Amino acid sequence: MNAAAESTFVADPYAAVGEVVIDCQVNKIFYGDFLAVRDSLVPIEQHKITGFIGPSGCGKSTVLRSLNRMNDLIQVFRFEGSVMYHGQDVYGPKVDPVLVRRYIGMVFQQPNPFSMSIYDNVAFGLRLNRFKGDLDERVQKALERAALWNEVKDKLKNSGLSLSGGQQQRLCIARAIATEPDVLLMDEPCSALDPIATRQVEELMLDLKKNYTLALVTHNMQQATRVADTTAFFSVDISHGGRTGYLVEMGPTAQIFEAPREQLTKDYISGQFS
Amino acid sequence: MSDFDLTKARETARPMPQLARQGFEARALKSGLLTGLTWLAALLAAVPLISVMYLLLVKGGSRLFGADFAEVLTGLPPAGFELGGGIGPAIVGTLVMVGIASVISIPIGILAAIYLGVLEPRSRLANTSRFLAKVLTGFPSIMAGVFVYAVLVIHWGYSAWAGGIALAVLMLRTVVLAAEEAIAQVPQRMKDAAYGMGCTRTQVIWKVVLPTGLPGILTGVLLAVAGAAGESAPLLFTALFSNYFISELSEPTASLSILIYNFSGMPFPNQIELAWTASLVLVLIVLMFNILARLIGQPKV
Repeated sequence: MNAAAESTFVADPYAAVGEVVIDCQVNKIFYGDFLAVRDSLVPIEQHKITGFIGPSGCGKSTVLRSLNRMNDLIQVFRFEGSVMYHGQDVYGPKVDPVLVRRYIGMVFQQPNPFSMSIYDNVAFGLRLNRFKGDLDERVQKALERAALWNEVKDKLKNSGLSLSGGQQQRLCIARAIATEPDVLLMDEPCSALDPIATRQVEELMLDLKKNYTLALVTHNMQQATRVADTTAFFSVDISHGGRTGYLVEMGPTAQIFEAPREQLTKDYISGQFS
Repeated sequence: MSDFDLTKARETARPMPQLARQGFEARALKSGLLTGLTWLAALLAAVPLISVMYLLLVKGGSRLFGADFAEVLTGLPPAGFELGGGIGPAIVGTLVMVGIASVISIPIGILAAIYLGVLEPRSRLANTSRFLAKVLTGFPSIMAGVFVYAVLVIHWGYSAWAGGIALAVLMLRTVVLAAEEAIAQVPQRMKDAAYGMGCTRTQVIWKVVLPTGLPGILTGVLLAVAGAAGESAPLLFTALFSNYFISELSEPTASLSILIYNFSGMPFPNQIELAWTASLVLVLIVLMFNILARLIGQPKV
């Protein structure tokens, strides 16, 4: 029995090095009566990729989706704590969740292009924000940044659904960055992709962090070592009958994988978790 | 000695398997018989439409595709022993009343479907409303006529309005259920994507849910229109009939189905021939909407 398995365990706070864009402090996250996540401090640093790893059900996706209030769409969801974004609490009483999501964009596990043309998919968010400038140019720029332009430039009028899975995911990334959000949340963006497409998306992420701040949930620990600058390891506490996730350890990726402080982290990354 | 004696050559150890079909085995006969029966049943299912179309083309085709087709399509219905004449008022009347019914039922139906499919799918109101729409599916169409008769016609008389409203009652259930089905089939991940882009709920519905579900919605709408165009019972109590082109929506109005009913019972060959022609026109209108619905409902690649 180690310390981290007890339900009172709280991870040492991670002292961020760079500027913190989103300072997420979870006290409790509930779905109805079910306590999904407790006591986790997750600062997201600017122009870095923060990786969230951990076993299934540990709440890493829940925490990620709390950052831009995507969980608000689930009626029984309740968040206790604060998500400070540029000095404002995302969960503040006057905050409009719709506006939060325009600054903090999202890429999902399953590629989810709209059933419209490739061009319209990318232009969607720009039109939503009544963008007045040169739409063609912005669409091209977004597709170029998403490393998709060369593959689709001759078929922009084709349906977004006609692309392959990896192309669809890059299209979704292009759609998300077309409106130039500040932060991009990625919820297992490569889990539905083959290794080649995964590689392309990972290269894209490394390129994107120059302009954006990224947070990435992944089941693939190699992926975390390849792209994440900082890694947060979550685990789930089932010893007391519940299934409550919590942060175990957060730190620079190299430290988490090479010299983890917690036994639980060590077990997980070496594949010895129960 | 075991079947798997490896010391002997295979041919001598076990008989060669017989894989060729045995033509007159009981199992093969039964299979052939059942295949034949299903084939026959499939053929029988196609018989009614094909034979009705054949009959209509033979009996009504000569007039519709003959030399005086313009008079048939635009002329007034003939009186007693009069020759010639046409079914113009009935065609216009049917289209007008179906139009009124569509204007009423399509917006209400789609808005209701949005409530049922997106806004509050599990609320008590949604469950009740969905259940009632399904009950309405088995509702005898003549009851829609009786209902509108009791509520409107008694006070304001027979009119195209009343006919249209009766048809709208019948169309509503089809539109609501088909549109809800189409809307519910829009994948949650597409809606998530839209919310993730910073869409309000209204924008998600307008820009993602409705455009994505549109083929399904239009299919439902067109099937409802086709069904309404062929209805006769509800019109009997509400629009009655007229021998003249419609000039006001508040007066009795001709319709194809009632014209068929009226003329087919007359002792004059000219009227009976026109009833056949009207039947053909009505079936062609309904068929057109059905084919249109199929074309629109096909997934686009």
